[in-house]
Amino acid sequence: MLLASKLALARAARGGSRRLRRGGTTVPGRVLLRLEPRAIALLGRRLGRGSAVISATNGKTTTAAMIAAIMAHAGVALVHNRAGSNMNWGVATALLDAGHSPAELGLFEVDEAWLAAVARDLEPDVFVLSNLFRDQLDRYGELELLADRWAEVVAERAGRSKFLLNADDPLVADLGRGQAQVTYFGVEDASIASPELQHAADSKRCRNCGAAYAYESAYLAHLGHYRCQSCGRERPRPAVAAERVALHGMTGAEIDLRLREGRLDRLRLPLPGLYNVYNAIAAAAAAVELGASPAAVRAGLEGFAGAFGRVETIAVGGRDLSILLVKNPAGANEVLRTLTLEDGSFDLWLALNDHTADGRDVSWIWDADFELLAGRVHSATCSGTRAEEMALRLKYAGVEAPTAVERDLGRSLDAALAGGDGGALYALPTYTALLELRDLLARRGVAGRWAD
Amino acid sequence: MNEPTLRVCALYPDLMNIYADRGNIAVLRARCLWRGLGFELGSAGLGEPLDPDAHDLFYIGGGQDRDQVSVARDMVATKRAALHAAAEREAVVLAVCGGYQLLGHSYQLGADELPGVGLVDLRTVRTPGPRLIGNCAIECDLGTGPRVLAGFENHGGRTYLGAAAQPLGRVLRGHGNNGSDRTEGARRGNVFGTYLHGPLLPKNHWLADRLIELALGVRLAPLEDSLELAAHESARRAAGL
Repeated sequence: MLLASKLALARAARGGSRRLRRGGTTVPGRVLLRLEPRAIALLGRRLGRGSAVISATNGKTTTAAMIAAIMAHAGVALVHNRAGSNMNWGVATALLDAGHSPAELGLFEVDEAWLAAVARDLEPDVFVLSNLFRDQLDRYGELELLADRWAEVVAERAGRSKFLLNADDPLVADLGRGQAQVTYFGVEDASIASPELQHAADSKRCRNCGAAYAYESAYLAHLGHYRCQSCGRERPRPAVAAERVALHGMTGAEIDLRLREGRLDRLRLPLPGLYNVYNAIAAAAAAVELGASPAAVRAGLEGFAGAFGRVETIAVGGRDLSILLVKNPAGANEVLRTLTLEDGSFDLWLALNDHTADGRDVSWIWDADFELLAGRVHSATCSGTRAEEMALRLKYAGVEAPTAVERDLGRSLDAALAGGDGGALYALPTYTALLELRDLLARRGVAGRWAD
Repeated sequence: MNEPTLRVCALYPDLMNIYADRGNIAVLRARCLWRGLGFELGSAGLGEPLDPDAHDLFYIGGGQDRDQVSVARDMVATKRAALHAAAEREAVVLAVCGGYQLLGHSYQLGADELPGVGLVDLRTVRTPGPRLIGNCAIECDLGTGPRVLAGFENHGGRTYLGAAAQPLGRVLRGHGNNGSDRTEGARRGNVFGTYLHGPLLPKNHWLADRLIELALGVRLAPLEDSLELAAHESARRAAGL
């Protein structure tokens, strides 16, 4: 069978795959790889600008989305597994869309355990490796073993790929020792460091000699400024660094970013937390390596609205609650289209707030295509400061489902969880409603405050 | 007996649509269909002629500055006469935000002056100073007693009514036409202009019904409107009313 026929079959599988989670991004790639085990290699060659892979325990999706945002400002067309399906079939699914334009860049987040397999086929030009934390020991095994496998990948690709590595994670930084084409990124602001390593720190000992690292600054888990007291191995000085970090609670952060190509002072990151500062500097380093200008980095990062609030599913009260941020017509439409891939009808919880961070003008809900949901909703619950107007939008969209209105977020969520058909419940909050919801779920002990 | 059909013409729907203006059309459409009335939607874009007799209600929304410049020139060149003829025969014209500004004589933007179609005696100027933004509520009377309209305004231009124009309403909360004289919008016969979007008709279903009545010369039976009333209350509350 010709590759074109195999692609057609895999695309048909995508069309027929109607499950929201994994279904749309997993099945087509699985079909394709079944038909053509070398599909990633074959399709990867169609990428005129080559490809970059992003791997880490935390922040892959966000980092990849940030890079994508920067590259969009740089005018680069992307093939990107933006839905976060990051094993080889997810990459294969994304590659089904390769070759639409001659100068595409492949941008793939890759599960840390799949990095070797994907890299072997894809032969990426750029690796962005951000962190390794303890995670799902039953699947990934020990952290050191994972680091060993990453080291093999780097050795295999040495001289052919460029590596962007987190200087602050000793497990990751070690991968670049003795390599030529390495760019490090890191944080350099002692004012935000903890006096000692957090309890959760994983890699406290030197990979070279096994002695304990001494930390001058500990930023996050085992990320920081370290030096082996025995052999002297220490954190490499990064070319890309956040020299000043101001964390503004839930609303975001501001950093002074040093790049080889210049400085980006007072760079405002719309995502909260030091995790996202790391995601941003990784994205900045990668994007510059991929040809983006510092101005594009600023524009991409400051305007970033991507992965935060992407699909998250949390078990609450015996039900799967999937949370999808909606805050503008374009984003909401993507969410609504995703929902329409579900089989049958589903329960919906919508929270429309009009605080400053949401936009006080809620007219945008009339520009979003809620009509897509007509006939698909089993029951709807509307919440938030403008709950009634959200409910009205559903009525005029032809969503003929029983619709409850309760402005109070907690009460409305409880009602939504208790009602409906017991299947999947989709939560579509605006930004501040998402924060409220996450706080609520965190207080109830069913979710961390942040996904990444 | 054949039920009448509301024939709506959206002016420049591809350019003058930034505040979810299609929500206004959606409400007109649904409230006609729910009553068994017909509904037809046409449009007239840049360079396209306008038949004043082919429609019962003409709608124009708001646009971005650059688009509004093209629309202003085109409207004067290709649609002014038709709009005047439509207003003469008491068809309904509803203009929101940017479209409202174009109903007047002119819109002064610094050294530039955009022409208006002169359907209503008003002028708009953009003076230094902040945009007038926020939730807004006004009181008006469209022949059925004093009612409240609630919505959201967001405009850089300040609109001043001439002696021959009457305001659509009196500002209860918000800025209104210019932030100083407490008037909002304008009315001349069945020509209505307002800065209130949000969109306007979803937040004020009573106005949608009133416009249908004026456009078709009918009296409408009420619908089950508890959700519409709740949404209206929500918009009023947002405006602090």
